[in-house]
Amino acid sequence: MPTHVNRPLTLFEKIWNRHVVTASADGESLLYVDRNLVHEGSFLAFDLLRHAGSRVRKPSGTLAFVDHFAPTRRVEGDRAAAIFDADGRHVIMELEKNAQAHSLEFFGLADELQGIMHVVGPELGLVLPGLVITGNDSHTCTNGAFSAFAFGIGQSEIKQVLETQTVWRSKPKTMRVCIAGGLPPRVFSKDAALALIGRLGAGAGTGYVIEYAGSCVAAMSMEARMSLCNMSIEAGARSGMVGPDATTFDYLSRCPRAPKAGDWNDALEAWKGLATEVGAQFDREVSLDGNKLVPMVTWGTSLDQSAGIEGTVPRPADVEDADKRAVLERAISYMGLSPGTALRGIPIDRAFIGSCTNARVEDLRAAAEILKSSRVRVPTLISPGSMSVKRQAESEGLDRIFVSAGAEWGDASCSMCVGSNGDLVASGQRCASSSPRNFEGRQGIGARTHVMSPAMVAAAAVAGALVDVRAF
Amino acid sequence: MEPYSRLTAVAVPLDDANIDTGRIFPSRFLRKPRSAGYHNFLFRDARFDETGNERPDFIMNRAPYRAARIVVAGANFACGSSREPAVYALVDAGFRCVIAPSLGDIFFSNCFRNGLLPVVLPAHDVIELRRQLHAQPGAHMTVDLDAQHVHGPDGGVYPFEIDATRKLRLAQGLDDAALARAYLAEIERFEREHLAAWPWAAVRAKAT
Ligand code: SF4
Repeated sequence: MPTHVNRPLTLFEKIWNRHVVTASADGESLLYVDRNLVHEGSFLAFDLLRHAGSRVRKPSGTLAFVDHFAPTRRVEGDRAAAIFDADGRHVIMELEKNAQAHSLEFFGLADELQGIMHVVGPELGLVLPGLVITGNDSHTCTNGAFSAFAFGIGQSEIKQVLETQTVWRSKPKTMRVCIAGGLPPRVFSKDAALALIGRLGAGAGTGYVIEYAGSCVAAMSMEARMSLCNMSIEAGARSGMVGPDATTFDYLSRCPRAPKAGDWNDALEAWKGLATEVGAQFDREVSLDGNKLVPMVTWGTSLDQSAGIEGTVPRPADVEDADKRAVLERAISYMGLSPGTALRGIPIDRAFIGSCTNARVEDLRAAAEILKSSRVRVPTLISPGSMSVKRQAESEGLDRIFVSAGAEWGDASCSMCVGSNGDLVASGQRCASSSPRNFEGRQGIGARTHVMSPAMVAAAAVAGALVDVRAF
Repeated sequence: MEPYSRLTAVAVPLDDANIDTGRIFPSRFLRKPRSAGYHNFLFRDARFDETGNERPDFIMNRAPYRAARIVVAGANFACGSSREPAVYALVDAGFRCVIAPSLGDIFFSNCFRNGLLPVVLPAHDVIELRRQLHAQPGAHMTVDLDAQHVHGPDGGVYPFEIDATRKLRLAQGLDDAALARAYLAEIERFEREHLAAWPWAAVRAKAT
């Protein structure tokens, strides 16, 4: 397609065009990075940097967060004392040392703002519309909820960003996902994401940046938009984004690190000009009807292996294609399920509410609504996305609801989403989880994960089995 | 980085779709330094049982495939987590090419930074290659980056596409970061203009 000067542009194209330092005709462009966010795994990038004899070019451009290895429990009030093992302690210390050595802002265990990087960055107002944001984590796409072009990169690329504040990128294709209508009661953006991935397939977004649009998305809170953008990578798309609107601006106006005073007015002016223009072309358009969405549950080991809670485990025998049949058989066998089983009623062994997908205060409120005057029947761990979220939840009394329901209320961490901090699901155990991934071994060797919304997890915890939260 | 040319080697078929980077390199080893020998952690939970014994049913443990340097995988290979250790583990175990109908986007980029060539072929071609590899365990394949061809065990030729700049960098063993550093003057100028137009884009300091 020829590029005309007056061609209507998408949000993504506007951000891209603004950040190209140098473009090559037939391949990758060098993009300027406004923010780089890193967690403990970045020790590999810092090792590469040291090995190359380089330094961080722009210390204010990178922020460091302890999240994967952060403990949820304490020993006599002390967080550091509760770190799972020596290796974990070592990588947390490495992050702190690297942050100190390069003068990077550091959110460590002792910091009252500590939390998952994809939760803390946005809630402080460090993530803004129009920016290019990289991170050493695939869920960096969460930040796209703020109309930023945000994507996860590997350690070699992190090293390059540290050295130059740039990254090589080939221009992705664009996909618009239009969600019309409104979400029914107790159906959430997580359900919309799972429904979308179920329909498109787990790899369908590969090579695309997704823009979520439509009346349903326009009506979503920033928290809900973050959950939606967070799941973009599970559709294969490295980035997802939502256009800037009054909800975005209102949220940012309350964030401590967002622009203030004169800067705020300039920023607002710029942000308003970022929205996708009428008539802008996308490489692919997809639409979903929000009114028809239902609470979703994954039954398999890939995010497209899901169904509405009233659905059943599929029957591989009905599938003609041998390869597809083998994929289903393997997933069903790993999950310890039988073909044709109704999802509702499958007993669970434990429940987890947390992760960068669903551990913001709105998620905790939705869980509390279900747990109010109930008791959980299985061990249930609730880990807020950040210590700020934790304080907010406690000021609303949510912690008391959780504790009196018999759930464990922990500190901020990636926790049982990936188990790096020792919060593991035992082999063969079945976990209802608000996290983004159901992969084999994700929550521990042999662990069986069912991904769903936090309200659905809470309902499953109370019932001791997968249930329909709408019936609660 | 070692320049990439023509590779002839044993290829191992991995039939599953959606093998995520966590299966390739389990999370619990992400705390290990590279010097720990990342090949030890490659497909760890598929290769070894709980007591550390090799699982004979895992294809990479079978004699004909032990010398493999090429993986021919199912769709959406290496999706999920951005962990570059998944690439390090493959490279440290001697692999230099991964062929699949589709690959996780972040893994795909990480490959180029480590001299591992990711090749995307149509699904029916990949299925055919895996069929041949199962039929002749230990069969060789050739990957010719210059000609952009894969030669299957039966001699069949499968052309593939690759971004021109990426091909050049791989073929010459160029380092991306070094290439970016060559633009430092442009980056400085870009940054000055960018922040002059959008002063609010700079990280706002903590209130003290
Ligand atoms: S919460 Fe889970 S998905 Fe999110 S950053 Fe942590 S480990 Fe990754």
